[in-house]
Amino acid sequence: MTTALSIKNLRKTYQGGVEALKGINLEVQKGDFFALLGPNGAGKSTAIGIISSLVNKTSGEVEIFGKSIDKELSSAKQHLGLVPQEFNFNQFENVFDILVSQAGYYGQPRKIAAERAEFYLKKMELWDKRDVASRTLSGGMKRRLMIARALVHEPQLLILDEPTAGVDIELRRHMWGFLKELNEAGTTIILTTHYLEEAEQLCRNIAIIDRGEIVENTSIQALLSKLDRETFVFDLKQPVTSLPALEGVQFNLVGSQSIEAEIKKDISINRLFDLFNQQNIEVLSMRNKSNRLEELFISLIENGSH
Amino acid sequence: MNPHQTYIALETIVVREVRRFMRIWVQTLLPPVITMTLYFVIFGNLIGKRIGEMGGYDYMQYIVPGLIMMSVITNSYANVVSSFYSTKFQKSIEEILVSPVPNWAILVGFVAGGVVRGVLVGFLVSLLSLFFTELKVQNILVTLFVVVSTATLFSIGGFINALFANKFDDISIVPTFVLTPLTYLGGVFYSIDLLPSFWQKVSMANPIVYMVNAFRYGILGVSDVDIRVSIFMIIFFIVSLFTAALIMLNRGQGIRS
Repeated sequence: MTTALSIKNLRKTYQGGVEALKGINLEVQKGDFFALLGPNGAGKSTAIGIISSLVNKTSGEVEIFGKSIDKELSSAKQHLGLVPQEFNFNQFENVFDILVSQAGYYGQPRKIAAERAEFYLKKMELWDKRDVASRTLSGGMKRRLMIARALVHEPQLLILDEPTAGVDIELRRHMWGFLKELNEAGTTIILTTHYLEEAEQLCRNIAIIDRGEIVENTSIQALLSKLDRETFVFDLKQPVTSLPALEGVQFNLVGSQSIEAEIKKDISINRLFDLFNQQNIEVLSMRNKSNRLEELFISLIENGSH
Repeated sequence: MNPHQTYIALETIVVREVRRFMRIWVQTLLPPVITMTLYFVIFGNLIGKRIGEMGGYDYMQYIVPGLIMMSVITNSYANVVSSFYSTKFQKSIEEILVSPVPNWAILVGFVAGGVVRGVLVGFLVSLLSLFFTELKVQNILVTLFVVVSTATLFSIGGFINALFANKFDDISIVPTFVLTPLTYLGGVFYSIDLLPSFWQKVSMANPIVYMVNAFRYGILGVSDVDIRVSIFMIIFFIVSLFTAALIMLNRGQGIRS
């Protein structure tokens, strides 16, 4: 299998001595949809900065589709598209020109650049805005513009650094659909996000980075299987005064008409409903207290801090 | 990137740079025309008539080449320093840095934008001067070479300034405290032969002296400095600054942490 991204013993120490990356190793296979998660200041953006040549590394190796950023930087860059966290386009240029110029930097002739700009602006529902200055776009439109810009040279590897930050739910879902489509068409995608639901929905593999080190690197499935407990919230029809009891389940009363149940993974939820029936507790609805991945993420980060 | 792709990338930067200053022509092209009109009226017409001849020409004719060069120098420098710094400030420089454009092409692209503006302003000011005096070009090749090379040199200077700049104040320090004094002391308004011997020698350390005199040689056929020395010095400064700028760019000075 072809490796889209290979990182070996990557270190970065900033001037002033802050060690942002402490020798990370990572491999992302071609065609993967990969999540890179970590708390703020964990080193995600530094790693992405090095991969995309915006940050100088201290040591280590990075290869993009087998091309070393030390020896074949130009070829390595041709494969890469980047959607950074912060808006970084010229605020005074119009939307269409931003895309055409970006394609030009990759050596695309103007005719092809214009065709691709039109295609991706239409895909991102920005075609109507092609002649307006980028600064006049809304936040969501600016995010979509950055995605269109990153795709205009049709990279094989797309890195998105929190692409849906500040984007409303409808637009986020729309972007998820587009990214899935893109991945199915063969583009390898690496995503960093604070919305763990997003990572769970979209990604197949995941790495968690904390304080400059990779603390977990596995498939989403394998990671979720590590979760031995899950918390559900049951909304009740009538208030309860006493909590039910069941071995392997920790019940908590939330207000008077909701019960939280932390359940061991090997206990069937049917047993809970049997118990509720026996005690005439009528359940109106139930939901996960938090995203499953979120629980794991927090436990991994907290474990690391001890 | 193959050579054709590199050419397209370079062309993209140049076109974008030229579009930028054309889009804001009221800020970039109009002010030098107005400023130079004032210079022509006040220094050339009003004061110049009382000064009489300099270097065998009336004062207005003598200062016109210097004033054209002054416009070329300030505008080529200002174009690159403000354009490149604003791409840093807005982070839009990252659009280019993530792409495979070689560093030399980034440098040449921005410098070319500055050269186009410098030469265009020089042309506009030259046209304007025709309202005030006769302008017979004695050596067209020298004239064109000096305009383009001077614009190139100061565009590179502007680029280096922008690499080091961390705030908007930093892009006005060099023009205000270095460029303007050097220009005024560079023989724009007087022949350095008028200076005492010591100050004549000091003036020879000012690169602008060579450019103003080389340009004056091209237009009027007179110069305080041997034209061969002037041309050599201009080329020497261009090669030195271009090399320095490229080394800084390769190191990521001011643009990569």
